[in-house]
Amino acid sequence: MELNGARILLECLKREGVDVLFGYPGGAVIDIYDELPRHDIRHVLVRHEQAAVHAADGFARASGKVGVCLVTSGPGATNTVTGIATAYADSIPMVVLTGQVPTPLIGNDAFQEVDIVGITRPCTKHNYLVKDVRDLARVLRQAFYLARSGRPGPVLVDLPKDVMQAKTEFAWPEDVKLRSYNPTYRPNLNQLRRAVEALIEAKRPLFFAGGGVVMSDASEELGWLARTLSIPVTSTLMGLGAFPGDDPLWLGMIGMHGTYAGNKAVNNADCIVAVGARFDDRVTGRLSAFASGARIIHIDIDPTSIRKNVQVDIPVVGDCRKALAGIREIATTRLAEKDWATAHEPWLAQVSAWRTEQPLTYVKNGSIKPQQVVETIFSITRGDAIVTTEVGQNQMWTAQFFTFRKPRTLLTSGGLGTMGYGFPAAIGAQFAFPDKLVIDMAGDGSIQMNIQELATAVCNKLPIKIVILNNGYLGMVRQWQELFYQRNYCATCMEAQPDFVKLAEAYGAEGYRITEAGELESTLRAAFASPHTAVIDVRVEREENVYPMVPAGAALDEMLLV
Amino acid sequence: MRHVLSVLVENEPGVLSRVAGLFSGRGFNIESLNVAPTLEEGVSLMTISTSGEEQIIEQIVKQLRKLVTVIKVVDFEGIAAVEREMMMVKVQADDARRAEVLRIADIFRCKVVDVSLNDLTLEATGDHGKIQAILSLLARFGIKEIARTGTVAMRRSMQPETA
Repeated sequence: MELNGARILLECLKREGVDVLFGYPGGAVIDIYDELPRHDIRHVLVRHEQAAVHAADGFARASGKVGVCLVTSGPGATNTVTGIATAYADSIPMVVLTGQVPTPLIGNDAFQEVDIVGITRPCTKHNYLVKDVRDLARVLRQAFYLARSGRPGPVLVDLPKDVMQAKTEFAWPEDVKLRSYNPTYRPNLNQLRRAVEALIEAKRPLFFAGGGVVMSDASEELGWLARTLSIPVTSTLMGLGAFPGDDPLWLGMIGMHGTYAGNKAVNNADCIVAVGARFDDRVTGRLSAFASGARIIHIDIDPTSIRKNVQVDIPVVGDCRKALAGIREIATTRLAEKDWATAHEPWLAQVSAWRTEQPLTYVKNGSIKPQQVVETIFSITRGDAIVTTEVGQNQMWTAQFFTFRKPRTLLTSGGLGTMGYGFPAAIGAQFAFPDKLVIDMAGDGSIQMNIQELATAVCNKLPIKIVILNNGYLGMVRQWQELFYQRNYCATCMEAQPDFVKLAEAYGAEGYRITEAGELESTLRAAFASPHTAVIDVRVEREENVYPMVPAGAALDEMLLV
Repeated sequence: MRHVLSVLVENEPGVLSRVAGLFSGRGFNIESLNVAPTLEEGVSLMTISTSGEEQIIEQIVKQLRKLVTVIKVVDFEGIAAVEREMMMVKVQADDARRAEVLRIADIFRCKVVDVSLNDLTLEATGDHGKIQAILSLLARFGIKEIARTGTVAMRRSMQPETA
C-alpha cells in the first residue's frame, strides 16, 4: 500500500522505539501533525522550539534513548540551533525533524524558508534534506543509527512539505548500510596491554572519567578497576555520577571549579587514565602545565578527541565500556604482579591529605548560602533525584555540593554552556521517568531564558521543581567582573526581576519564596512533596563566589580558594 | 609543512561545503582543492593541498574521516606519489620579448595555447614546485592572468621499500 510521507515518518518513528515527541507545529509540518493523532506517539507541545530540543536532549540524557523533536520550517528551524549545538557539544543522541518549504520553492526565498541543513552543518553529527519520498525511510533509519552509534550526536532531517504529502510504497529498511561510517568499538588489544603495563609501573595513578563513561554505561567497569587496583577517581562535569560521589576513592570534579584534591592529583599523578573525556580547556587549565608528570592513557571512541589538546602516551580508540572491560580482563591475569593497595598507599594518603586540607567549603554567616541550598536538597532527597542545571554559578555549586552517585542523574550543558537548558531538559527527563523527582537548579538569570515552559510543565502535570538560586545577578559573570575586572558590574545586575512566585502562580504552578535560612529545609520539603510544578525562589547571598577557581590561563593547581 | 590529501567522498549535495566548512570552522588552511568524479558512480575524489604542523595535519585527517560522507582519506606525505597541477598563464610578450618567453616555455615543456600581438598564454603542468618556478621566472615579463587547477595526486604503483 502506498503511504504519504507524513505517515511513513510516523511509522518509522514507531519502529525506532519513539514514544514521545517534543514539538511545535507550523505551516510546513501540518501534514505530519494531521497524521499524528492516528499514531501511538505522545506529542508534547512546548512553548518555544529551543525548549523542544532541550527537552528531547534531557529525555535522551536521562534515558539513554534517542530524543526526538519536530518543528516547522524557517524560524521554527532556526530556533532549534542552540539546542542542537548544546547536544552536539555533549554528544547527545537526538533526531531533529524540521519542516521545509515544498521542494519546488527551495532556494526561492519562500515564506518561512531557511537553509537549515546549511546552518546546522557544523553543529550536527550529520544532516539530511529529503527531496524524494522514496528516500525517506532509509534516511530516517540512517539518522537514528548515526545519532545513537559511535560517538552519539544530534542528526537533523529536513522534510519539505510536498515530500510529506507525496506517496510511495513503504518499506522499512531492516539494516543500515553506510560504507563511509564505521565507528571503532573494539579497542586494540595491544594498546590495552600497554595500558595495564603502565598501571603496573605507576606509583601515582589516577582515573579521569568523562561523559563517555556515562554514555557507554561503563560505571561498573570503572568502579571495579578503581577499587581492585586502588586508584583514585576524578571526573569532568559531564562525568559526574559515573563514579559514586561518596566513595572513599572519589576526589571530585577537576577543572576551573574542580576540587583542590582533584586538581592537585592531576598535576601530581604519574599515570592518568582518561576515559571518555576530551580535555576541554575548562578542565585542563593552562595546557603546558597540565598533568606534566603523567603518562596519559586516553580512551575515546572518537579518534579526533585523541591528541587534539593533550599529548597522549597510550591512545585507545574504542567504546569506553569495552576498553575498561578489556583492561579489567588483562589486569585480572596480572593482579599478582603488584601489591596494588600497598604500592598506592602513599599516593592515596597524599590525595586524602589534600582532601582534608582543602575540602569544598563555604563560609556560613546566617544568610542563605547557595551551596547550603544544594546541600539541603541533597539531604532531603538523599540524592534520589534527577538534577538538571542551568549554566553559571548554579551549575557549579550543584556540581560541587550535590553528591551524585549514579550516572544519568545530572543533566547539564557542559560543552556549550547553554543558559536556559535546565528547565526544558527537566521536562524531557520527567517524561523519561514520570515517577522520579526532577529538580532544575536554576539561577534568576538562566531561568528567564526558557521560563515560558512553565506552561508546558503545568499543562502536562509535571511535578518538576525549579529551585532558583536568586542573587539578582548574572552571578558567574559578576564573579569574573569582581575578580578580574575591578568590580565593573556592567550589565550583570538583574534589575526589574519578575515576582517569581506570582509568575509561577500565573502559569498555574506553585510558587514558594525562601528568604530566611531557617525556612530553607521546611519550605523545600513542602515544595518537593507537592504533586505540582513548583518554583522555589530562594533569596541567596548576593555576592557569593564559586571556589575553588582556576583563573583562565592559569595552571590547575593555581587555585583561588575560599 | 605542506601536505597533499586525497579524500574520497560520497557525491551527495553539500559534501563540498561539509569539507570546506570543516576547514574554515576549525581554522585549517586550504591551499588548493580539486574535486572531480571517479569511475564509480556517486563517488568523487577531492585532492586537498593544506599546510600545518604535524598535530594539525593529524587533526585534519581525523576530522575528515569523521565526516559521514567521507569514505577514505590518504595523506601522501611519506608515500611515493605523483603530484601534478595544471596552470594556464597569460604573459605579456610583445615582439621584443616573445622569443625569451617561448624559450622559458620550452624549458618547462609548456604548451602555447593562445597568442596575440601583446601576450602569450601558456599551459603548464607539473608538481607544485615546478609551477611555482615557472611563475617566478615569468614574473618579470608581467603576468596578466593565471588559472590553476590545484594539485591532484596519485600513489605510485612501485613503492620504495621503506614506505
